[in-house]
Amino acid sequence: MLNRRTLLAAGAAAIAGPLAAPRIGHAADLTGVTADEIKIGSIFPYSGPASAYGVIGRLQQAFFKGINDAGGFQGRKLNFLTYDDGYSPPKAVEQARRLVEQDKVSFLFNTLGTPSNTAIQRYMNQRKVPHLFLATGADKWADPEHFPWTIGYQPSYRTEAQIFAKFMLEADRNAKLGILYQNDDFGKDYVNGVKDILGPRFDAMVKPVSYEVTDATIDSQVVQLQSLGCDAMLTAATPKFAAQTIRKVFDIGWRPKLHFITDVSISVGAVMNPAGPEKGVGVITAAYLKEPTDPAWANDPGLNEWRGWMRQHMPDADQTDGNYVYSYGVAKCMMQVLTQCNGDFSRENIMKQATSLSGVAIPSLINGITVSTSASNYHPIRQMQLAKWDGHTWERFGGLIEGAG
Amino acid sequence: MASETTTPTVLASARPARPALRYAGLLWAIGIALLLPLFTAESYRLFQLTLAAIYAIAILGLNLVTGYNGQISLGHGAFYAVGAYVAAIMMDKFGLPYWSTLPSAAVVCGLVGYGIGFPALRLGGLYLALTTFSLAVAVPQILKYKGIEEWTGGVQGVLVFKPDAPFGLPLSNDQYLYLLTVAIALGVFLLARNLMASRIGRAIMAIRDHGLAAEAMGMDAARLKTSTFAVSAGITGLAGALSAIAVEFVSPDSFQVALSITLFVGMVVGGVASIIGPAFGGLFVVFVPNLAEEVSKAAPGVIYGIILIAFLFVLPGGVAGLLRRLAARLHR
Repeated sequence: MLNRRTLLAAGAAAIAGPLAAPRIGHAADLTGVTADEIKIGSIFPYSGPASAYGVIGRLQQAFFKGINDAGGFQGRKLNFLTYDDGYSPPKAVEQARRLVEQDKVSFLFNTLGTPSNTAIQRYMNQRKVPHLFLATGADKWADPEHFPWTIGYQPSYRTEAQIFAKFMLEADRNAKLGILYQNDDFGKDYVNGVKDILGPRFDAMVKPVSYEVTDATIDSQVVQLQSLGCDAMLTAATPKFAAQTIRKVFDIGWRPKLHFITDVSISVGAVMNPAGPEKGVGVITAAYLKEPTDPAWANDPGLNEWRGWMRQHMPDADQTDGNYVYSYGVAKCMMQVLTQCNGDFSRENIMKQATSLSGVAIPSLINGITVSTSASNYHPIRQMQLAKWDGHTWERFGGLIEGAG
Repeated sequence: MASETTTPTVLASARPARPALRYAGLLWAIGIALLLPLFTAESYRLFQLTLAAIYAIAILGLNLVTGYNGQISLGHGAFYAVGAYVAAIMMDKFGLPYWSTLPSAAVVCGLVGYGIGFPALRLGGLYLALTTFSLAVAVPQILKYKGIEEWTGGVQGVLVFKPDAPFGLPLSNDQYLYLLTVAIALGVFLLARNLMASRIGRAIMAIRDHGLAAEAMGMDAARLKTSTFAVSAGITGLAGALSAIAVEFVSPDSFQVALSITLFVGMVVGGVASIIGPAFGGLFVVFVPNLAEEVSKAAPGVIYGIILIAFLFVLPGGVAGLLRRLAARLHR
């Protein structure tokens, strides 16, 4: 009989129903996957201060469209949903929630920017949604213990510093290294990387000196490092300061035996030319991507594959922009994960396969560099090759060096 | 307040008796409209509506100083940022409960606003706009400053946690936060409405309309202007604190210059010198950019611009102006 009590109970249940906590995913969470499509979520700064990186997202739109036009992937359409966050963390949170809760994507792929990813990392892990191959060089994405659903892609700044330190030890076991670093996350990753390799010898061998982004110049820091008797130098600075450093080191007549510079600041137009190309001769950096303008890759099969793809799918795009090489490579890496899934596109299995890559060759990576991950290794790319400035261009030399992480 | 003694009292008594019944009906309708999403919207929509309510509060703050008092501010994003950081630092570094951060953020921003209000006295119109704009430009960089990095986390920012619903209420975090934000918004809107309907409110507007005449009538323009700036900054700071809690993260990149412009756009679209207008402004700045992106992926900025211009063309007085016109027609 319908009396007031049953009515109340029914009413309470009706209200409590939608209020109950979201159900935790079962063994196989197939959200975003149907018989004929897989939904992929993506966030890029198509507008705002970092919009130059928007081309990475544009290539990926064309990439997945190309696959769908050719019949899809194993009979499924890859539905690539990409939104703009304008490089603003609050907007990134909104877009991530939109993708996960409203669009119900299977996973997020190649979301760009350290601040934006920091803002959404905890959310992604709470929801147990794969947060794959982030487009940022920070080292903190490799933290499987606390954030098992988040994994980076490119070599981190820390890995690069490890590679520099390894090379330095090989060249001169007793070198005295001065580090000039920007006092933030980016700069500190380099100090930590060198520490990883030198261990207890760090204090004796290294003189770290920092500068602030707000400083006008780094002249006094350079002079200080010289007067401390350093004979090697590592510059972990953004382009403007890197150019100043190269010029100052040269102008005060200091000739360190080795001068490493972060791959953030190797642009010919923004760093080497303003510094004076002749003043930077001998400066060393590290690379993992094939530079599209490097004549050495003119007939490289991997880069030719990319060129062919570009001609077909993005004929109007600027082929000298390295971001397209990067984007094509990371998309290829994503396809390898989906292939490895072998038809099981549950979130658990996608994450499992993303962390079970072994020696995957990607056309955009310098030949020999491969992508490898495991349940405990969340650093997909750990190898780089050094390159030296010869006054005109960066010339790669030596073999591949692997970081420690 | 000096103005109290001089404001003519005739105006206050000239108001007709309230049609109480119609107001009650309107209030019920508003209440149901605000509560409805709680039960019908998915948590992502609730989050967006929460953001819209937060922006509405921030825009209301801006409207007090710019709309009602005529001091153009293009830098209210700075107060929003300060409020957000006050909340984040109190929660993360001192482990204080989220609710205690809200009044604190309002007070801190009120004091900062008071400090800004003083030099603002000497600057009129466009000069004030530029000065406040420079504040908005400076704040993200100041937040990265090394000396305060221990508190602000530098470029890294600060992560905070969303509160759970208190008293074991069967609400998710998103639902609770929506309810809390809407309740605070209602409170702030009511206070602002009462303030503007008071003698002080009329003095604030009199200074905007004719400063010299207002002063000649004995109003203390300097004091009212700085106080208005302080109240305005405090309200926007409160919104900033709520945003830190809703987004669970603050960083210098969260408060770029564009934020101040966004608040300004929201104010104009909603209706300058209107209390209810900012509510529509908040909805506009949250939902229209997404709408623009859905219409065109290639040039969402163009679409946004077109929608904005269309809005200003069709609704010259903002949404509030339209409502006013509709109400006037009904009354006839």
